[in-house]
Amino acid sequence: MIQTIKNFIIAWGSIFKGSAKYYLWLAFLAFLMAIGVHAYIGQAEHGLIMTAMRDQVSWGFYISNFTFLVGVAAAAVLLVIPAYVHHDKSIKEIVLFGELMAITAIVMCIMFIMTDLGQPLRVWHILPPPIGLMHWPSSLLAWDVLVLNGYLFLNIIIAFYILYKLSRGEHYNMKSFVGFLIYLSIPAAISIHTVTAFLYNAAFSRPFWSASILAPRFIASALCSGPALMLLVFQVVRKVTDVKIEDKAIFKVATLITYAMAVNLFFLGAEVFQSFYSGTAETASIHYLFFGYNGQTNLVPYIWTAVISNITAFLLILNPKTRENFVTLNVACVLMIVGIYLEKGMGLVIPGFTPDALGEIYQYTPTATELLVSLGVWAMGAMIYTFLLKFAIPVYTGKLRFASSGKEAIHEVKAVRPHVEEVPEEQL
Amino acid sequence: MKDKDEKKIEKRELKINRRALLKGALAGAATTMLPLNRADASFSDFWESFFQKHFREMSDAEKKKVVERLEREYEQKYKKAIKIGIEPAMPGVLFGYGLDLSRCIGCRTCVYACVKENNQSRDPQVQWIQVLRFKHGELMHWEKADKYYDPKLVPEPGYFYMPVACQQCENPPCVRACPTQATWKEPDGIVVVDYNWCIGCRYCMAACPYGARHFNWAEPGIKSEDINPNTHYLGNRPRYKGVVEKCTFCVQRTRKGRYTACVEACPVGARKFGNLLDPKSEIRYAMEHKRTFRLKDELNTHPKFFYFFDFEAGERFTG
Repeated sequence: MIQTIKNFIIAWGSIFKGSAKYYLWLAFLAFLMAIGVHAYIGQAEHGLIMTAMRDQVSWGFYISNFTFLVGVAAAAVLLVIPAYVHHDKSIKEIVLFGELMAITAIVMCIMFIMTDLGQPLRVWHILPPPIGLMHWPSSLLAWDVLVLNGYLFLNIIIAFYILYKLSRGEHYNMKSFVGFLIYLSIPAAISIHTVTAFLYNAAFSRPFWSASILAPRFIASALCSGPALMLLVFQVVRKVTDVKIEDKAIFKVATLITYAMAVNLFFLGAEVFQSFYSGTAETASIHYLFFGYNGQTNLVPYIWTAVISNITAFLLILNPKTRENFVTLNVACVLMIVGIYLEKGMGLVIPGFTPDALGEIYQYTPTATELLVSLGVWAMGAMIYTFLLKFAIPVYTGKLRFASSGKEAIHEVKAVRPHVEEVPEEQL
Repeated sequence: MKDKDEKKIEKRELKINRRALLKGALAGAATTMLPLNRADASFSDFWESFFQKHFREMSDAEKKKVVERLEREYEQKYKKAIKIGIEPAMPGVLFGYGLDLSRCIGCRTCVYACVKENNQSRDPQVQWIQVLRFKHGELMHWEKADKYYDPKLVPEPGYFYMPVACQQCENPPCVRACPTQATWKEPDGIVVVDYNWCIGCRYCMAACPYGARHFNWAEPGIKSEDINPNTHYLGNRPRYKGVVEKCTFCVQRTRKGRYTACVEACPVGARKFGNLLDPKSEIRYAMEHKRTFRLKDELNTHPKFFYFFDFEAGERFTG
């Protein structure tokens, strides 16, 4: 056991070793993070007045990013179900990368919440007693804290257990405890995005959020944007590392996205019809979103970019010819990510507050501080995912194998970096 | 060789400096986020401020100690003695409010009386009362209301006015939403906030149907001479950057049997206040004799704030 822990620690050291390109990439991310930290220090000093949020629109770009990323985290389920429930071999080979992305996305969610807090140092008040005074089960935000952290730990345990098994050249058993956790991660993934949708539903005086289709729409859109992001990442991974990801796996995920996008567009249509046919005062928000209200049209470009992106992406991914062509597939993926990012971010949060509770229209556009802080968080997320991949890939490809004590070491190892089996004491 | 050594030392110094700088920056960032006057705060005050318990979890002795520390901090900050009361709710009291829409002339005297009494930030402006102007025939069509009206003279023909502040719901959505229980309903029905427990997530603001909760987007800006030194822990004591605040029915006054500042200030007597459990109170009289209604009653928030139209006064402004 101790040997295993030691091995893991040494293997973690490998994340700091790489080619010049790798260092350049890390330096680039570190630069973006520094910009973000700088912007955040300004916000911490002067307060959230540095953002464009005000009493009328009290949540903005940070919570928009948070909502989108909950979807990305939940989307791992699109790989987990075929991999573990249907034992699809080609998907099983890539599911690990999905789980690592889920971990990254949740960490980013937590960072976005932290940047949004007025009193971030008091965040421990949200923990259950005796530390804090978590308002559970009444507050949906308390639920969100529970499910997000639960999902985070589930994925950490699962991903690292699989890596541990792989590092010893063994296979994990679905009938074991971790098998149970993997099954548990399926409803957990659905729950994080459902609870996040309920968070908005629970603010029941905001008609835009009080639609029972909100949670289903959240899930449908998450199953588009998250896997689309993964498809792009898979292609990068197989290009820059020696991980083999079959085209078959990628096209299979693309097919699943097609279904999700069809459902997503259908739900959108259902909501649009219901709102625009009635045209009651309660639908002012969705009017504001799509066409502007009283000549105020801030969100109109966002939502139409989103709608056009999503429809174009759907058409591209629906046609087998364009779906199985990497150029058009990637265009579709990018359009989908942009579309859902706008629709599940700004397009969801801001209209909820516009018009505000007393009918005022406050036009929200994020400030430089908000954009730079968010950029920093995204860079941080990219760095975390890079590190996770850097650690996981040598184990995954079999370049890195740990010797278990007593047994003979497994040697498929060509370029052992790091070589962990017999580490001299003084190096530890 | 010597050169090399020197370089080494220089490098090391640089490293230390950088580390010190980083430490300083972190500590600086931490203190700016704590509700303290950084320059004068002692370490123990800093510690106690960080680990201060929720108001309702404190014993009487702990409350006393916390109040003493806060008074000390406020005095350092505002160079003025500020008294923080912790009077509990009186038994047998449930506060209620009445507002006569046919009398209100939209002069906003109540708004500024409230700002003064309750130590709201002047820069940036925080106002707990918002007065909406409606055209005749458009009552409560919120999207058509205007709260930035600015005529030379009020009332304006063809319009009427509706001041809105916290409706002190019996079933408050904000309290349900708060993830840390930093806001709650007191036994006398007032919804209050512990400004030292609020984490500033603003979920309560999303939940409130009346736009009654306000956030301190920046450090509240009040001049020392403008501070009202008679405060309550759950009411008008000075707030911090990054926390939510709201109308408390002037808890610092009403728990001592006084009227709220807005009731006292209203020049036309449109505002009524009293104990809903006392059949002889003004508010009960209004409820029994006027045609009252409550805002967004269909949300089942059960406000304790009643609007009404007076019989004769209704004719006064229709001409």
